[in-house]
Amino acid sequence: MEKFVSHTGTAVPLRRSNVDTDQIIPAVYLKRVTRTGFEDGLFAAWRTDPEFVLNKPERQGATVLVAGPDFGTGSSREHAVWALQNYGFKAVISARFADIFRGNSLKSGLLTVVLPQETIEQIWTAIEADPATEVTVDLEAREVRVGELVAPFEIDDYTRWRLLEGLDDIGLTLRNVETIDEFETTRPSFKPATL
Amino acid sequence: MTAAHAAPVQPLTLAEKIWEAHVVRRAEGEPDLLYIDMQFIHEVTSAQAFDGLRLAGRTVRRPDLTIATEDHNTPTLDIDKPIADPVSRTQIETLRRNCAEFGVRLHSLGDANQGVVHVIGPQLGLTQPGMTIVCGDSHTSTHGAFGAIAFGIGTSEVEHVLATQTLPLKQFKTMAVNVTGSLKPGVTAKDIILAVIAKIGTGGGQGYILEYRGEAIRNLSMEGRMTVCNMSIEAGARAGLIAPDDTTYAYLKDRAHAPQGEDWDAAVAYWATLHTDEGAKFDAEVTIDADALTPFVTWGTNPGQGAPLGDVVPNPADYADPNARQDIERALAYMGLTAGTPLREIAVDTVFLGSCTNGRLEDLRAAASVLKGRKVAEGVRMLVVPGSARVRLEAEAEGLNEVFEAAGAEWRFAGCSMCLGMNPDQLAPGERSASTSNRNFEGRQGKGGRTHLVSPLVAAATAVTGRLAGPADLPALQEV
Repeated sequence: MEKFVSHTGTAVPLRRSNVDTDQIIPAVYLKRVTRTGFEDGLFAAWRTDPEFVLNKPERQGATVLVAGPDFGTGSSREHAVWALQNYGFKAVISARFADIFRGNSLKSGLLTVVLPQETIEQIWTAIEADPATEVTVDLEAREVRVGELVAPFEIDDYTRWRLLEGLDDIGLTLRNVETIDEFETTRPSFKPATL
Repeated sequence: MTAAHAAPVQPLTLAEKIWEAHVVRRAEGEPDLLYIDMQFIHEVTSAQAFDGLRLAGRTVRRPDLTIATEDHNTPTLDIDKPIADPVSRTQIETLRRNCAEFGVRLHSLGDANQGVVHVIGPQLGLTQPGMTIVCGDSHTSTHGAFGAIAFGIGTSEVEHVLATQTLPLKQFKTMAVNVTGSLKPGVTAKDIILAVIAKIGTGGGQGYILEYRGEAIRNLSMEGRMTVCNMSIEAGARAGLIAPDDTTYAYLKDRAHAPQGEDWDAAVAYWATLHTDEGAKFDAEVTIDADALTPFVTWGTNPGQGAPLGDVVPNPADYADPNARQDIERALAYMGLTAGTPLREIAVDTVFLGSCTNGRLEDLRAAASVLKGRKVAEGVRMLVVPGSARVRLEAEAEGLNEVFEAAGAEWRFAGCSMCLGMNPDQLAPGERSASTSNRNFEGRQGKGGRTHLVSPLVAAATAVTGRLAGPADLPALQEV
């Protein structure tokens, strides 16, 4: 996984709540067997509308998505994270994320940042007033900066360390492979097996 | 061994007990490393995980704790012919290749044990109390009905479990969902869970494992319990579970992978300890009165936007919070509904009976009991998609397919089908469905499609009248 330390870029205001993973990428776009090429499916239904915020010329090249609460509800499809990343987003800011989506994003290096809704409203106002406004998502300092606004955010030390170092979760777990071996010897014989 | 009989030092909830029994490693400032007893695999969320293993030169640690099937992207017609869409075909063929290469048992299209992943696990007896179960599918919460911690994961985590049979996880919080009293006739498990979601909202369960408790839950069959646990994710919860009891044991006994002989006795002795201790504390608690429930349907574009069938479409103007008002306005615009319209006046084009929520034999029986001797309304298409190939066979042995076909419904092969609109079973833009599935998101069942979530009984009655209806709304059948 690529390291995430700090990112600065322009932003897209997505003034909607409950943006579920079927909106982020509909099921018909989930047929690929790669981790790339999902950008076409990103917000596919909405993108047919020229007025949709992502289609606006002034939002091209934006890398930070600022969304309403309950972003990423529904399906566990990690394709939703890949679609956002494939499109070019590096970070998503919302007042609340669905658990599975948040977990997926932090495994894949898309930084999801939780800020209070009133702070989101302030960021929306700023980036709508001037689309060239840069938003900095600083994982090292645990803060989002937009002009004068400095908004601290919380992220647990372990996840932050993993992202800052770009560490592979599986590699970390396999450092404890003996502990797993030992645990398996205590497994009751009545538990089912498939083979 | 007196220790085994000693009173618990600290009372625990059911979820905490199962969690503690699976902690491989616990360290200050790190997530727990949790052992996973079983992983279910399907074609849509696994290809990239197997690729990751190959790239890193890793193997599947426990193929014997892994099982795969084909469900999300499979056709429900002509299953003996090659899949027409080449991209879909590649996805299925990729799963077959990966399972062969890594030694994972696979139930392919045409196999009697193929079907929706959350239907086949319980059916094979692979889902048992006290287990940890994962799958790259959010409706993995279904398996919680057996008193297991079961939850959906993304593809990175699928790969992690394939490689290590563990997951690093922060412990979930616990919420008791007490469903008191008893259900009236015509009111089902689906109505309970839709009412729970409407009460706590699509984010209300975030970070929690919900434990469903109370008389109405105890009185549900395993099928009904699976329906309830299945939709825990629609309340934003990580998982939902129900303590095992005699109903659970009776369902499991003699299933293909249920413990046998002495193992059965040992298992039941362990399972009997799997309940929330007296005095254990939940982080949150909600109560639903089952006596007050009536058939419940959704009117909006998330599963929390539901109401009793006797209600009307809500009026955004009644909501003070501008965000709530905007949400409802947007939902009504998408759904093509006007505030104040009685829900019973909403006409549908399609009725979908199936999915991991309501595609089991009991669900098909319920719908058939309503359709027997009746006809699907003119201009309405009804799809009946059994949750698994075995459910289909069992239904046919009872003649349920004949009831559906005589009524004018289509009898299909097993799969996820119109629940998520990935295969050709989709709504056309603007089409409206009454669906026994779990999500009414915009475009979920096809671009521009409009979904009302309902129980199998409501689905069948709606098919007959062509408008949202419960069985009690149908005229009595004439005796012949």
